[in-house]
Parts: sequence; C-alpha cells; structure tokens
Amino acid sequence: MSESAQPKPDVVIEIAAMNKWYGPFHVLKDISLRVRRGERIVVCGPSGSGKSTMIRCINRLEEHQSGDIVVDGVTLNEDLKNIEHVRREVGMVFQHFNLFPHLTVLENCCLAPMWVRKTPRAEAEAAAMTYLERVKIPDQALKYPGQLSGGQQQRVAIARSLCMNPRVMLFDEPTSALDPEMIKEVLDVMVELAEEGMTMLCVTHEMGFARKVADRVIFMDAGQIVEENEPEEFFSHPKSDRTRLFLSQILEH
Amino acid sequence: MAESDVFVPKPSLPPPSGSVGVAGWMRANLFAGPFNTALTLVALWLLVSGLVPLFDWAVLRGHFSGGDAQACRSGGACWLFVGERFRFFIYGFYPAGQVWRVNIVLAVTAAAIGALAWPRTPGKRFLVPAAIVGVPALTLALMHGGVFGLPVVATDQWSGLTLTLVLSVVGIVMALPFGIVLALGRRSKMMAVRTLCILFIEVWRGVPLISVLFMASVMLPLFLPEGVQFSKVLRAMIGIVMFESAYMAEVVRGGLQAIPRGQFEAAAALGLGYWRTMGLVVLPQALKLVIPGIVNTFIALFKDTTLVLIIGLFDVLATVHATIVDPAWPAIAIEGYLFAALVFWVFCFGMSRYSQALERKLHTGHKRN
Ligand SMILES: Nc1ncnc2c1ncn2[C@@H]1O[C@H](COP(=O)(O)OP(=O)(O)O)[C@@H](O)[C@H]1O
Ligand SMILES: [Mg+2]
Repeated sequence: MSESAQPKPDVVIEIAAMNKWYGPFHVLKDISLRVRRGERIVVCGPSGSGKSTMIRCINRLEEHQSGDIVVDGVTLNEDLKNIEHVRREVGMVFQHFNLFPHLTVLENCCLAPMWVRKTPRAEAEAAAMTYLERVKIPDQALKYPGQLSGGQQQRVAIARSLCMNPRVMLFDEPTSALDPEMIKEVLDVMVELAEEGMTMLCVTHEMGFARKVADRVIFMDAGQIVEENEPEEFFSHPKSDRTRLFLSQILEH
Repeated sequence: MAESDVFVPKPSLPPPSGSVGVAGWMRANLFAGPFNTALTLVALWLLVSGLVPLFDWAVLRGHFSGGDAQACRSGGACWLFVGERFRFFIYGFYPAGQVWRVNIVLAVTAAAIGALAWPRTPGKRFLVPAAIVGVPALTLALMHGGVFGLPVVATDQWSGLTLTLVLSVVGIVMALPFGIVLALGRRSKMMAVRTLCILFIEVWRGVPLISVLFMASVMLPLFLPEGVQFSKVLRAMIGIVMFESAYMAEVVRGGLQAIPRGQFEAAAALGLGYWRTMGLVVLPQALKLVIPGIVNTFIALFKDTTLVLIIGLFDVLATVHATIVDPAWPAIAIEGYLFAALVFWVFCFGMSRYSQALERKLHTGHKRN
C-alpha cells in the first residue's frame, strides 16, 4: 500500500478501506477500488448489496464514515470546496433520469455549464447541441423532458452530464427503468462513449454490455466487493460460489 | 420479402353527429340523463329568480344621476351616492389638492404590475429589481412628500382604496420572498436556522391578525425607546407582512416537499451548490406547484387589509362605512357595501385569473402516466 501515497496521474478514483453505515446498519464494508483513466468498470450484484451507495459516495451524494476516497487527486471530506471540485469533474446518470422537468432539453444541458463553469450561453448551447447529436436526439432540443420517451430522456441525461466535460462518468442502473425496446438505444450510446475512451463506472445487470466494453467486472454482495475480474474470466470461471449463484440467476432467462 | 403484406391503416372517419358542436356540448354538459337535466333546470330557476329582481332594483329602477338624496326617493338603487362619494372612497382623507400624487403612484404601480405580468415584456431581468426598488421609493417620496418641495402628507391621512392598495401591494411583494426564505430555513440542515424559522412561523401563524395589528399599534410603542416612533401605517404594514409571510412559508414548504429527492441529487451531481440548486431547479418547480396556494394567500391578504379599521386606519371599506352613517344620505347602506364588495371582487378575481393563466403558461409537465 506504500505506493498509493505517491501521486498517480492516471488514477481517477481511488477508494481505500472505505466504510459506511446507515445508523447501525453497516452498508459498505472495507471497500477498496482503483479506477484508472480510460477504464470501464461494471459493478453488479444482488439488489440491496450497496452498489448504488458505493458509487454515490464517489460524488458525495452519500457520506462515508471511514476510509479514503480520492477523486481526480482531491480527497473527499467535509470541505465544500473539495466536494464541489469532485462534482464538477464527475458526471452521474441515474436510474430515473432526474431531468429537470421545468426546463427544455437544451436548457437542461446548458444549466450546469453556464452556472457552474460560467460558460457563455452561446458556447454552452453549441456544446450541448454537439452532445445531443452524439446521443442522437438533436431534434428534441426544444422539447420538455415530459414529452420524451424513457430512452430519449436517459440519453438526454447522459448528454447533460457530458456537457460538464467530466473526467469520469458514473451510471447507476441506467437501463433498469426502461421498457425493453428502449434499453438498446441507451446501451448503444454508452458503448460509443466507452469506445471514445470515457472513464466509466457502471452499475448494471446488462451482461452483454459488460462483456462488450468492460475492462473489469466487480461483484458486490452484502456491502462488500466479493470478486473482481476481467469479463471473460468473471463469466466463465467465477471464483466464489456467491458469484456463481448470482450469475446463474441473472443469466437464466 | 416481396410477398409480405403491406399494412394500410383504415381511414379516419368523422365522429358521429350529435357528439360534437353546440347540440353535442349541451347534451354532454347540461342534459346528460334525468338527474343532470333536473339539476340544470333547478340552477336555471335559481339564477332567474335571483337575478331578475336584482337587475330590476340595480338597473331598471336604479338612479344614476341627480344632485342629492332627494333624487333617490322613489326606491331602487341609489348609485349617484357612490358617484358622489367616489373620490372619498378612492383617496380618503388625502388632501384634495394633492391627489395627483396618488394618481401618479397608482398609475406607475399599475403599469409596473402590468408590464411584469405581460408575458412578452422585454428586459424583465432588469425590470423586476427596478420595480422592486423603484416603486416603493416613488410611493414614499410622492405620497409622503417632504422631498422635491412637495408638502408632507402624514401617513395618517393615507386612506380609502389608496391605503388598501398600498398595504396589500407591499404585503404581497414582501410576503412572498420572506415566505420563501422562511420555508427554506425551516428545511435547513442547520439546527439554529431551522429552530428560528419554526419559531417565527408558528408564533405568527398562531395569532389572529387582529391581535397582531393591536399589538403593532398599542404594544409596540411601549417597547420602543423614548422618542422613537413610526407611523401607524408602517406598523400595520410590518404586522401584515410578518403575519402573511408565515402563511406563505407554509404554502411554499408544501411545494418544496413535493419535489422529488432525485432533483436535488441531479443538481448536486452537476456541481450546483445550495443556492443555485434552490434558485434554478427546486424553487421554480416548487413555486409553480403551489401557485394556487400562493394566490390564495395573496387574496386573503388583500381582504385582510380591511382589518386595519380596528386600529383606526381607513381602508376602502372603512371609508364606505363612514359615509353610510352620513345623515345626508339615509338608507344607502346596501349600495355602499355592494360597491366595496365589487371593488374587492374585481381585484381578487383579477388575481385568480392571472394565476390560472400563469399555471397554463408554466405547464411543462406533459405527464402521460
Ligand atoms: N437512506 C438510507 N437509509 C437507510 N438504509 C438505506 C438507505 N439507502 C439504502 N439503504 C440500505 O442500504 C442497502 C444498500 O442499498 P443500495 O446501495 O441502494 O443497494 P443496491 O443499489 O445494490 O441495490 C440496502 O439494504 C438499503 O436498504
Ligand atoms: Mg441501486
């Protein structure tokens, strides 16, 4: 562990021996994880195992109680400055999109660049349009989120995050709230993003996606990282019986 | 491939006759079944039996011209009394030679409200702060005087509809921002802020406005140091603003509670801080949700200003009341009160309609489920 003290320019997220409790409930136990620049990591595990909580700790939507989280060289602690820095550099896509319903798609995308990064409106809008083109919905820019389908909304949410030029993107089950026919359009966008070299940490049960783009797959259960491996190894030779059971359950159908 | 069926949708047909147009509307809304028909007829009968005598009294037999009470002796509504006292109802005891100052203030206020309410006014970003600073400053300078060589008109002399409008516009303009701040404070994570806000809200909300006004006019001077005094109108104003902002705070809090946690989280994840999250994401949605409640509070505030009668201020209702006891005009109470009612109704109905238009304009939900 002595090497972790040296600055490592290519490490985007470093979690070391992190613990978290909800009241008396020990939800995350000794989590250690390192994400390098350009790495794509898929996190899976049964419901309630702490996947969401873990990735929400990375941008401090949840507070951890012990251990260290260093994002983009900045240690997450009480310091608001640090938290703001990390949130600027980390994008997040939620299961339920969480678009701002009172703003148009374009305004959703421009809000943070204009108010957080102080980008002039014209520039922010131009950037937003290029990202909306990348997620293939430039024609919806002036609509309100409520007028879009779930898949379109999730693609807007991805574009909105990208507009902040994040160093890493967190995805929390981005396709779980979608109807089956919309899952693919969102996954396609995510695959493209991965191929362009974006650093990604994805909580998802889309094993096809994991096989295709992941550098590593992490399996969590009961607040712990149980197993971590390259996708081929992970799926063909799971080490623990807990992983095997989980895989048999989700790959069954 | 070439063999596959080509799907051709059936052509759309017009709806069956009798389900659209005037006849269709009447059938659907007025005569849908025996019960509905009976209700329609009863409502019609009530309307006719109430409105016909009223119309007869107010218009057919009403008196609209003439010099004094003698002209009204034949029965029927005596509207010339209202005409006669109109200036008094509007300006109260404001010196007759100086009412142009009130007129300017009323015109500017109306223009400012109109410009802000009109959806397509350009430059609202500058107009809003200008109006919030400029209109009260102008009101004070013009109506009170003492500057630009204008003779001073003590606030005791502000009365009639003028006073009603001054109290309620100030009340409305101040109560909303105070209410928002209190509502945010009540949900703050900081214990001290939260406790203070809860205390403020619960104290003011738990006391009747009449006793607030009494305290403002009788007790407040006892606590002020010797020699410090400010006018009764100002004290009433402060009382009304405090009281109504406590109500407003609870209305706004209702809206804040309805905003899902995901909105706060998305804003935080994008790097927006507390004030930007509130100002750009949460409050626009929360306030839109509670527009009916906000306007309800505005309307209540507007009508509550009549209570200043109790501390010796003359709002429009009090001026009407004062004229009614005038021996020169016996038996004109109904006309006077009807006039006062109409004045209140016009303003309240205006606010209500504006809020509905605003709700429609801000509707971006397009909820499909
Ligand atoms: N705010 C909270 N308070 C208390 N317990 C919580 C809270 N949020 C989540 N939990 C609990 O923490 C555990 C992990 O939740 P979560 O991270 O959402 O799991 P996952 O995303 O893997 O399904 C669950 O048992 C859940 O009930
Ligand atoms: Mg989850």
